[in-house]
Amino acid sequence: MSVLIFIDVAEGHVKKASLEVLSYGAKIAGQLNIDAEAVVLGSVTEDLAALGKYGVKKIHHVNNEELNHFDAQVFTKVIGEVAKATGAKVIVFSNNVDGKAIAPRLSARLKAGLVTGAVALPDTSNGFVVKKTVFSGKAFANIAINTDIKIIALNPNAYQVIAGEGIAQVAPFDATVDSSKIKVTNVTKAKGEVPLTEAEIVVSGGRGLKGPENWGILEDLAKALHAATACSRPVADAHWRPHNEHVGQTGIAIAPNLYIAVGISGAIQHLAGVNRSKIIVVINKDPEAPFFKAADYGIIGDAFEVVPKITEAIKKIKGSA
Amino acid sequence: MKILVCISKTPDTTAKIAFTDNNTKFDTNGVQWIINPYDEWYSLVRAIELKEKDASVIIHLVTVGTADAEPIIRKALALGGDEAFRVNADSQDSFYIASQIAEIAKQGNYELIFTGKETIDYNGSSIGGLLAELLDKPYVSLATKFELNGNKAAITREIEGGEEVCEVELPVVVSCQKGVAEQRIPNMRGIMAARTKPLKVSDPVAADTLTSITGFGLPPAKAGVKLVPADNPEELVRLLHEEAKAF
Repeated sequence: MSVLIFIDVAEGHVKKASLEVLSYGAKIAGQLNIDAEAVVLGSVTEDLAALGKYGVKKIHHVNNEELNHFDAQVFTKVIGEVAKATGAKVIVFSNNVDGKAIAPRLSARLKAGLVTGAVALPDTSNGFVVKKTVFSGKAFANIAINTDIKIIALNPNAYQVIAGEGIAQVAPFDATVDSSKIKVTNVTKAKGEVPLTEAEIVVSGGRGLKGPENWGILEDLAKALHAATACSRPVADAHWRPHNEHVGQTGIAIAPNLYIAVGISGAIQHLAGVNRSKIIVVINKDPEAPFFKAADYGIIGDAFEVVPKITEAIKKIKGSA
Repeated sequence: MKILVCISKTPDTTAKIAFTDNNTKFDTNGVQWIINPYDEWYSLVRAIELKEKDASVIIHLVTVGTADAEPIIRKALALGGDEAFRVNADSQDSFYIASQIAEIAKQGNYELIFTGKETIDYNGSSIGGLLAELLDKPYVSLATKFELNGNKAAITREIEGGEEVCEVELPVVVSCQKGVAEQRIPNMRGIMAARTKPLKVSDPVAADTLTSITGFGLPPAKAGVKLVPADNPEELVRLLHEEAKAF
């Protein structure tokens, strides 16, 4: 019996979200008094054994080149085999891009109850109940999983990475790997930038910035904080910024440690995408902007004057540290 | 070419979120119901665009829900669906819902099945994946662009920090999000035509329910905003650094 954790990699590197699920899965294994094991697919350039410090005892590595390209159908079959071989009782994914595609497939394959968007450890005092966000972060629900095998997809940035001591045993796992029916023809990645969903800090702009030519002050701030940049829906709709930067109910939902909103009024649809941020800072010249009600810190003032000063002050602190 | 578009009824994006019956039920009092935006704006509109390019395309709609889902089905038909199915069941378990849709999908032999990337109420983002596995078909999730080239689809999908373009032979299940298409408003001709389009109601097939909701809650209210004067932004930076330890 085990808790089986899916380690998600990109180009051989273990994603940050995987460290969160390793920590989370290891904690559940402790709750249930069973071992934490993990599965990783495809080539990995990092030292897998070192991941033992997050509490995982054994890592099953299916090192097959076919698995270097993501295909939910192929991955699901392989993970299903590993789950059977290890007697997995709980299977944990990150609720990231890959996890959102595999976890439901595996749920159907194993007929295992699934909760996606989990934000806390399961309550095992009476059954197996997982807390998740619903209504785009405006509420949460407690979901009981009533099947023998349980699958959880944990929201990114919802669980703290816990590093201790330990070395994991890495064991090759020989699985049947189907050839993918999906052919990847092109991959584009924003070079050197922080992916929005994994970013600890996000700097976001709205219509208050008046035009795409004014984004320089936000980019400078983001650079000083090593943050990702985002925007509100009207900004994406006006093509001031690309659609993949749009955060909100119909865009990307994020949960960074720090969210700085500049010139965004804070419509309910925007809040739905950012309300899981730990600290929200709002800079707006309109004191009536609804966003101030959801903020932790705020400045009522002109972004064009305030933001460059903030950037300078941050550089000063970072420079002296 | 037959396309199945899965649609779900959700509360309007501005609906007040509250719960009744000791926090076990969503309070529907005064709530306006809409087609889940991802299902409508992206999947359905893209299907309609494909039909506009190739008149032989047939668009079927499916929803799993009680009779009060019919207004949103009529709206989807008014936008441009040809025919709709409603499986008469009330469930919040994604496996049960996907099992019902899978049954409709098997009968209709569709080349393409669209879902939205998630519903804005339960945020499960799981129907597409469940359905693909139940049907043993490839699944491309979080699509931001979708093109058809003969019996192949060229799909751009979101990956962490970028995009990936892939090619897959039909049939395929695709979950759609922003970028795939743009929101439309039904016109009067569409609304009139929708009244007589077929809406077939069927009873659910036997399927298991794997999860159940035990209760809801609202996040704790914020303590209130701490305002810093505009002429002293350095103070904000100090607070973020020393008090909030945010960087």
